[in-house]
Amino acid sequence: MSWLLTEAHLTDLARGAAVLGTGGGGDPYVGRLLVREAIREYGPVTVLDPDELADDALVIPTAQMGAPTVVFEKLPRGTEAVAALHALETHLGRRATATMPIECGGINSMIPLVVAARTGLPVVDADGMGRAFPELQMETFGVYGVPGSPMAVAGERGETTVIDTGPDNRHMEWLARGVTIRLGGVAHIAEYAMRGSDVRRTAIPRTLTLALTVGRAIREARERAADPIAHLASALGGTLYPHLRVLFRGKLTDVERRTEAGFARGRAAATSFTGEHKLELEFQNENLVALVDGEPRCVVPDLVCVLDAERAEPITTETLRYGQRVTVVGISTPGLMRTPEALAVFGPGAFGLPYEFRPVEYLADFPPDG
Amino acid sequence: MRIGIDVGGTNTDAVLLDGRRVLAAVKTSTTEDVTSGIVTAIGELQRQHAFDPAAVRAVMIGTTHFINALVEARRLAPTAALRLSLPAGASLPPMVDWPRRLVDAISGRAYLCHGGHEFDGRHIAELDEGELRKAAEDMGRAGVRSVAISSVFSPVNAEFETRAAEIVAAELPGVAISLSHEIGRIGLLERENATVVNAALRELAAHIVDGLASSVSGAGITAPLYLSQNDGTLMDVDFARRYPVATFASGPTNSMRGAAVLSGLDTCAVVDVGGTTSDIGVLAGGFPREATTDVSVAGIRTNFRMPDVLSIGIGGGSLVTGEPADVAVGPRSVGYELTAKALVFGGDTLTATDIAVAAGRVAIGDPERVAHLDPDLVRAALGRIAADAADAVDRMRTSAEPLPVVAVGGGSILLPDELAGTGEVHRPEHYAVANAIGAAIAQIGGEVDRVYAIEPGHRDSVVDEAKQEAVDRAVAAGASPSTVEIVDFDEVPIPYLPGNATRIRVKAVGDLQLGG
Repeated sequence: MSWLLTEAHLTDLARGAAVLGTGGGGDPYVGRLLVREAIREYGPVTVLDPDELADDALVIPTAQMGAPTVVFEKLPRGTEAVAALHALETHLGRRATATMPIECGGINSMIPLVVAARTGLPVVDADGMGRAFPELQMETFGVYGVPGSPMAVAGERGETTVIDTGPDNRHMEWLARGVTIRLGGVAHIAEYAMRGSDVRRTAIPRTLTLALTVGRAIREARERAADPIAHLASALGGTLYPHLRVLFRGKLTDVERRTEAGFARGRAAATSFTGEHKLELEFQNENLVALVDGEPRCVVPDLVCVLDAERAEPITTETLRYGQRVTVVGISTPGLMRTPEALAVFGPGAFGLPYEFRPVEYLADFPPDG
Repeated sequence: MRIGIDVGGTNTDAVLLDGRRVLAAVKTSTTEDVTSGIVTAIGELQRQHAFDPAAVRAVMIGTTHFINALVEARRLAPTAALRLSLPAGASLPPMVDWPRRLVDAISGRAYLCHGGHEFDGRHIAELDEGELRKAAEDMGRAGVRSVAISSVFSPVNAEFETRAAEIVAAELPGVAISLSHEIGRIGLLERENATVVNAALRELAAHIVDGLASSVSGAGITAPLYLSQNDGTLMDVDFARRYPVATFASGPTNSMRGAAVLSGLDTCAVVDVGGTTSDIGVLAGGFPREATTDVSVAGIRTNFRMPDVLSIGIGGGSLVTGEPADVAVGPRSVGYELTAKALVFGGDTLTATDIAVAAGRVAIGDPERVAHLDPDLVRAALGRIAADAADAVDRMRTSAEPLPVVAVGGGSILLPDELAGTGEVHRPEHYAVANAIGAAIAQIGGEVDRVYAIEPGHRDSVVDEAKQEAVDRAVAAGASPSTVEIVDFDEVPIPYLPGNATRIRVKAVGDLQLGG
């Protein structure tokens, strides 16, 4: 069941990861180049299905944290995430059996692949967000009892820090954020070390495959001059993300951004091509909620994806611009992300939004005003 | 009086303007050496409307020569890319994502050295002057003739690029040096790519600019010479010599701005109908709306400011097929073979031009050859073209307000007098030379793009400071101070960073100050 990930997969994977990033998670372009160069130098990456892991295997997820704008400018050295992994292995006194993404949306779908290529470790086809989120405690791993600590943070000069806050993942996030700023606004991390049995219990499975499926569906539709959204909807059919709903088609009429507590918060408005309907989006790095004519139609953690109306290319919240022609789709997330425990950590309330979570397949199909 | 010249791949167009009045307009063929085509065009202007060369106050040239040189990978100088970023960035060296063919065409060599800044102004590493000298020596041995220097966060602090340039210049006298902070904005790989492309074009730029200057002075014109840039503003000859990359998207920009002047509209959609495609863009306040996504040129990712243009496959040479009920126009086209293949020119292919002739929209070729066409088919084909154009214009609109449409280009006869949902189609005089007119009326601009740390309560003063710097830059570049205004302002907070780090972009433009 394991398979080899090669350079040929990367364009589809990056586009799919950008869709799953729901506007945030960082542009996977730099991540894709990092993986491509690593694969060219060290060879392809072995991807393991979670079912293939031994119960007592040690899986150490790896990621990048920090400001996407800094990554555009200060490119990684390439060895940072491996340094973080090694620092955590040394701290634990055990070697990892595999690495894994903590976040399948955006650039963090790519970082574990760099680690895997450079170390020869396999990467597990799963992650702890099932999308992208802005903070380290927003993980199904943590929701279902796996602590993020101890974690290791590494910079490009080879320096590493180990942070251990016991079971308090929120405090770990806060300390790691401070270290990241000292490291220049971007750092690489290894955290949520866990047993193979915990991966099966707490991770969202097969999300690398999901990102590939999404990216491939959009590419193939373009190649056949078919409707990419319809293609994507049918490709999602057999996955844990089975419901895609087109929430809106229109043009962006307003984008407003502000920085609050270190996050890029804001809202965007759009008007339908017919001029009849209005869309409002609220985002905090990622898109959090889509309101159509004032009513919520898709709410975090379900995916609110803003796609270019022509080619279905995902648009990040940073590049939303007045006048863009967009299709906004909502995609359902797996049950593991919709439990009360999960919603308490990354549901609408966790972002200070006054909406109740309802599945997108319900909100889109049964609007409250009939 | 001023002269505007557009040097395209096929045609060289020139206009003589008095204010915004067109005194003469000519179309000639572009020549291999570029300059003799310009000499011919100026001579034709003189024949059409005799003028005193000394009365010409400025000559503006728009050209696709440099972008074509890159696309065709010819006449590019052996180039080195020197990046100051170590220990960061080692895994993705300069030109890492370029097509191999272009790296080879510029004999591209990448060097990574210590340096660069953090987002907050700290140094990633100190500059190592010995390391830079060693790199320069290696470039010298390899026969490098042009060097591009980039440094992390140089748009915020350029000190390392400037110092590295001094060291390289001391080691390699006579080698051209291009600095990334003078060329691009935030986004290291894209800015660096643009800088390397610029470096590779420097020798060609020197050669072409000298040629342009001598062909203009050869015509007895002593007025200053300008080249038009991507954003519809001008640069002087010395600037063009150093920054040829800034001309890359001037073609569509000039055509759109020319259309604005010819029609007297400064907020409108412009439909430029060529032989194979129609390009649709939007002017707001006289300037083209910019594309917001990264733009790839010849397979190289850049973040140039390019106009947002939507192309559809309809032009004068488009093939017309099917029956009245299901007629199709384009995207296949006879292209430059129109005069051999279209029915009205004695060919055997039904093209959009034949339809226009059959409908009596234009009299070219032999109308008898299309007299047999089914009037229903002619009506249906024109309806198809009108519907596609209306749809494309609608997609470029940003509000439900009616947006006037200006049609330019040789194929604009295909468009109706009115488009559904948008209203009247303006067809200005001299529509065929809109590019040259756009070049002639270009303005002078100044730009700032930087990350600022905004302290609470100080936002206004930071914004004012940025705007003033953009205005100062425009004036320094030759704009008349009383005409300078801010035409673009964008503020993007950077998440996850303290101190309200915010990226601010400002653009100011003004009319060219014409000397005595």
